[in-house]
Amino acid sequence: MERLRRHPELQAWLILAIPVIFLLIFFMAPLLIVFVYSFLERGKYGGVEWVFTLDNIRRVFDPLYFKTFLRSFYIAIVTTLITLGLGYPLAYFIAKSPPNRRGALLFALMIPFWTNFLIRTYAWLTLLRTHTGLINVTLMNWGLLSKPLPLYGNDFAIILGLVYGWLPVMVLPIYAALERLDESLLEAARDLYASSGKAFWRVTWPLSLPGVVAGSMLVFIPSLGAFVTPAILGGGKSLMIGNIISNQFLGAHDWPFGSALSMVMMIAMLAATLIYFRWTKKSESSL
Amino acid sequence: MQRKHLFALIAILLIATMALAACGGAKATEAPKPAEKPAATEAPQATEAPKEEAKPTEAPKEEGVKPADEIVVYNWSDYVDPEMYGMFTEQTGIKIGEDNFSSNEDLLAKLQGGATGYSVIVPSDYTVAIMIEEGMLAELDHDNIPNLKNLDPEFTKLYYDPGNKYCVPYLWGTTGIGYNTELLENPPKSWKGIFEAKEDDPWFGRMTLLDDVREVFSAALIYLGYDNNTQDEAQLEEAKNLLIKAKKGVSGYDNDNYEDLVGSGENLLAHGWNGDFLQAADEYENIDYYIPEEGGTIWIDNMCIPANVTPEQKLAAEMYINFVLDPKVGDMLGEYNYYATPNKASLEIADPEYKDNPLVFPPPEIRAKLHFIKPLGEFESVYQRLWDEVKSAQ
Repeated sequence: MERLRRHPELQAWLILAIPVIFLLIFFMAPLLIVFVYSFLERGKYGGVEWVFTLDNIRRVFDPLYFKTFLRSFYIAIVTTLITLGLGYPLAYFIAKSPPNRRGALLFALMIPFWTNFLIRTYAWLTLLRTHTGLINVTLMNWGLLSKPLPLYGNDFAIILGLVYGWLPVMVLPIYAALERLDESLLEAARDLYASSGKAFWRVTWPLSLPGVVAGSMLVFIPSLGAFVTPAILGGGKSLMIGNIISNQFLGAHDWPFGSALSMVMMIAMLAATLIYFRWTKKSESSL
Repeated sequence: MQRKHLFALIAILLIATMALAACGGAKATEAPKPAEKPAATEAPQATEAPKEEAKPTEAPKEEGVKPADEIVVYNWSDYVDPEMYGMFTEQTGIKIGEDNFSSNEDLLAKLQGGATGYSVIVPSDYTVAIMIEEGMLAELDHDNIPNLKNLDPEFTKLYYDPGNKYCVPYLWGTTGIGYNTELLENPPKSWKGIFEAKEDDPWFGRMTLLDDVREVFSAALIYLGYDNNTQDEAQLEEAKNLLIKAKKGVSGYDNDNYEDLVGSGENLLAHGWNGDFLQAADEYENIDYYIPEEGGTIWIDNMCIPANVTPEQKLAAEMYINFVLDPKVGDMLGEYNYYATPNKASLEIADPEYKDNPLVFPPPEIRAKLHFIKPLGEFESVYQRLWDEVKSAQ
C-alpha cells in the first residue's frame, strides 16, 4: 500500500491492467483466430481442419466476390457522402443554437437509438413497400402517381436505411469540433473583410475537419460491413460483403473462407482509412 | 494540431473496434472449436456406456439418476402450444425454459461453437444427419420413451435415423406456394409460372422466394426435372441461370414474413412452408396453399438431445419427448400450428378439420412428388457459390 502511494505510475498500470487484459483476451485473441483460420482447410460441416492452405485467400479474388467488395465500397462511400451532406448542416445548426437548447437537440438526435436497429429497419418497410407502403399508397390515392415508385428492394432502399441508421454518428463528432470553435477567429476573419462564405471555408471548415474525418470513418466502416439492412430493405436481392461472410458461416459451413473474407475486408478498411487520413492531412496543409 | 492527433487516435481506435464488431459477429461462435472436436466424438460414448448398463434393469429411473428440475428446449419460434409446458410441469414437476433459433444453420453453428444448457433441440432431417455424423447427439434410451409406440411406423424408418436411435419426429410439413385468393384467381400451376414469369403476369414483381439456398435450388431443380440433391454441375449451372432470369420477377428473398406480405396484398404469391401460410390464413382469411405440379420438398423436424447434457438433463429431456408423444399432446401441438403430426395415436383423436386437411396431410399422389433435402457435405460450397451468384446478379 505504502509503495503504491509512493509510485503513482504503478497505480496507473494497475488500473490499466484490467482493460489491457480484457482487450488482449476479447479483442486480440478473436482477431488472431480469424487470421489463423483464413489459412486452414474447412471442416465438412463447419469448423476447420488443421491443414495449411492459401486457397481461401485466392478465392477472395474470385471476380464474383471481388465485385461484391467493390459494390459494398460504392454503397458505403455514397452513404458516407450523403450522411456528411445531411449531418454537417445539422451539426452546425446545433452548435450555433443557444447553449441551453443544445442539450435538448442532441437528446432528440439520440432518441431513435433507444429502439432496436432491427425494429427501426422493419419500420421503414411499412413506409417503403411497393404496393402497401404508406408513401406509395398515399401518393397514388392523391392521384400523383399512376404506378408505384420502386422504393424497396434496391440500392436506394439500402442506402436510405444506412444513412438513417448512421446519421447521429456523423453529427456528434462534427458537433464536438464546431462547438469548440473559437468565435474570435471568425470575428478576426470578418475584420479582415472575409465574406461569410470565405470565413466558413478558410476558418470553420478546416477546424471542423477532425470531426468530419472521425464521423466519416464511423459511418463508412459499419456501412461497408452491413448485412441486416441489405437483407431487409434490399429484399435480399443484392448482396454486400457482410452477407457473403455470414452465408459462408451459416449456409456453406465454410468457416475458413468466411474468415479469409473478413481478413481481406479488414485490410481493405485499414487501407481506405489510411488513404483518407493522408488525403485530409494534405488538404488541411494546402489550405 | 495536438487536438487533431488525439481525434485521429480516437477515431482509429473506434474504427478498429467497429471493424472487429462488424466482422466478429458471425465468428463469435468459433473460438472454442479446436477443443470441441475431440470432445464431440468422445461425448456420445461417454453417455452411452452407463446407459447400456442401465438397460437390463426394469426401471432405469430408479438406479440413481433423478431428472433435472429444469430443462431448456431450443426450438423454432412459435412452434409449440404454450399450454404444453404448464401441463408438463404439472405432471412431472420439471420446469421448462425455451430459447429460439431461426434456421438449422443457426442451431448447428451455435452448438458447434460449444453452447451448452440445451436439453432438447428441434433440428430438421438433414441437420439431424449432420449432427449424428459429427457426434453431436446423445443416443435416446427407448425405455424412458414408452410412447414411441404411438409413432406412425413410417416415421421409424427415416433415412437419417432408422429406428429413432437419436431423434423422434416432432412435426413435418411441405414447401410450396401460398397465394392471395382475393387478388389472384389463377395462380400458376407449374413452377414455370414462378421461374419464367412474364411481365404481364399479375404476380410478376409481386412474389418472394425463400432466402434459403437449398430450398430455392430444390424448387428449380424439381422444375427442370432433375434430382433436387444433384451434384451434377451442369444441371446446377442450368438451375442457376434459371434463377438469375427469374430474379426480375421476384420482389425479394424472405423467410420471415412472406406470409404476411401475401395476406396484406403487398405480394400475390410466395414460396414458403405450408404451416406458415395456414397460420396466416387464420388471420387474413385470403390465403391458400398448394404444391406446384412438378412437386416440392418435404421436411421433418425432430426432437433430439445434444451429446453434452448431464444424465439428469437427459432423463428429463426423454420425459419431455415422451410427453410430446402422448396422443392428446401430439394432437394439441399439431392443431396449434397446422403442421402435420407423425403421431398415429394423435390422428385417431384429432379434429377431422385438421386430419383431413389436404394442405396439412397431402394425399398420396402429392406425397409421391415431395422430396427431401439431403446434406451434401463439402459440396454445399458449390451450391452456396451459385446462390451467391444468383443473389448478386443485377
